[in-house]
Amino acid sequence: MSLLRAENVTKKFGNLVAVDNVSMTVEPGELRAVIGPNGAGKTTFFNTISGFLTQTSGKIIFDNEDISGLLPARRVWRGITRTFQITEVFPELSVRENLRIAVEVASGYKLRIWQSADNESEVKARVVDLLEMGGLSDKADRLVGEMSHGDQRATEIMMALALKPRLLLLDEPTAGMGDQETYDTTQLIRRLHRDQKLTIVLIEHDMRVVFHLADRIMVLAEGKMLAEGTPKEIADNEAVQAAYLGKAAA
Amino acid sequence: MDTLNKQTANIVVWALLLAMPFWIKLLGGYTELCTQVLVFALAAMALNFLLGFTGVLSFGHAAYFGLGAYGVAMTIKYLEPSTPLALLVGVLVGTAAAAVIGWLIVNLRGVYFAMVTIAFGQVFYFITFRWNNVTGGDDGLTGWARVPINLGFTTLDILHNPTMFYYFVLVVFAIAVGIMAFLLRSPFGRTLLAIRENERRARFLGIPVERHIWLSFVISCLFVSLAGGLYALLNNFVDPRALRWDMSGNFVIIAVLGGMRSFWGPLIGAAIFVVLQDYVSSMTENWMSFLGLFFVLIVLFFPRGVLGIIRRKVTS
Repeated sequence: MSLLRAENVTKKFGNLVAVDNVSMTVEPGELRAVIGPNGAGKTTFFNTISGFLTQTSGKIIFDNEDISGLLPARRVWRGITRTFQITEVFPELSVRENLRIAVEVASGYKLRIWQSADNESEVKARVVDLLEMGGLSDKADRLVGEMSHGDQRATEIMMALALKPRLLLLDEPTAGMGDQETYDTTQLIRRLHRDQKLTIVLIEHDMRVVFHLADRIMVLAEGKMLAEGTPKEIADNEAVQAAYLGKAAA
Repeated sequence: MDTLNKQTANIVVWALLLAMPFWIKLLGGYTELCTQVLVFALAAMALNFLLGFTGVLSFGHAAYFGLGAYGVAMTIKYLEPSTPLALLVGVLVGTAAAAVIGWLIVNLRGVYFAMVTIAFGQVFYFITFRWNNVTGGDDGLTGWARVPINLGFTTLDILHNPTMFYYFVLVVFAIAVGIMAFLLRSPFGRTLLAIRENERRARFLGIPVERHIWLSFVISCLFVSLAGGLYALLNNFVDPRALRWDMSGNFVIIAVLGGMRSFWGPLIGAAIFVVLQDYVSSMTENWMSFLGLFFVLIVLFFPRGVLGIIRRKVTS
């Protein structure tokens, strides 16, 4: 039984068709990559899944329920969390505080004005776990805004993970990173996928990352789905090669 | 180390406040001046709950300050001569208005939110300004005074004893400030910080951002109307200037001057504001231009406010 089904999703901005009749099915435990040239509509498609944008037509089915009209916060409550192309964290708070807020919200404490000592130590323990998982233990008390891009991204991913998501959406997790940071982030995503059995959909430009991580790949070009398949099938696909090479030649 | 510093700061602040009626005289001040500092500090700290800790700027908090003030004055004058009841009514009126107006404007952001809060503020200003036979119009509401509080075993003569009134205000101030500090340290308070820091991330953590901003606005207005009520009691008088837009501006100036990222910042801002007003206005009519100059210098060179300067001195 599939976890996520996007059915014939179309998104128009005025006359511009950013996403044109795209369908995608993601199985539980799968790591799916969405690739495509710039302006292919990858992020827009992503936004319709997370609720950041509402599609013009088509449906988003999550866990056999139609969530097409739900607000972002409600989709989060159902288990869909995301990161952004430009890292979205709480810059003037420490890594620990960033994660603490995420853990408290995830535990349903967002309206609590009082916490028992038990609850508080539970939250703290979970924060310590997440710090360790993200390789952030030695930087826990630094302000996130003062850290490197890679560490900020790791913080954002761990915040998303604090929500115990059933589906994690990563929008260009290695964008703007150097080789070492790209490698570290790739390893982090791989660990989450392998160890936590997390279902992940990611957009990525770096082909090394994509072919290294993905179980299946979907290729978008000019808003339409061009191909879908295993990394090997995609690498051998002539239409895909033409789209990328054609872009490069032009 | 950090928590130790905070504790020391708290002890210093409360010791200074407890002894203020005594040491202010050495500086040439008087007791009512101390009470005024407390009232403006409470108003600015209430505003700062929204501005500094939720990241939402309101330029219309005077409306709720004024509603609190008129609520107190009209209760004592028309309804029942009881100070606690009057404060309760004032706070309820201000908070109820904030709940309704907050609900209407909570989807607006940034300068749009600020503009609409001014607009609603001016609506209340003109109502009190025009409705002569109830509010006294431009002349204000006179012919009433705060009422001594009967505790059963003794009576606190807050009317004739200014020092007694100062300590009464200090107790109310302490309770209000304590509640705000408690809220800010709770998981709910941290969701407000999250919204201030990054609204998009907060939303995608699953925080219902609009609902939390509304709550923060209502809590902030609750305490600002309490400050307004105390302001009316302090003066035994209230007029429409208490809810005009420039009063809202004063609260923002006080918060920014003192340091809006710190809890006690607005208290320091209020002390500077009230003392400057008192001293400079005895020399020149144009005391506001001196305050304005001071304000511009602080914002340009010390964006963290006066408390930010002190903090940097302490840590270096």
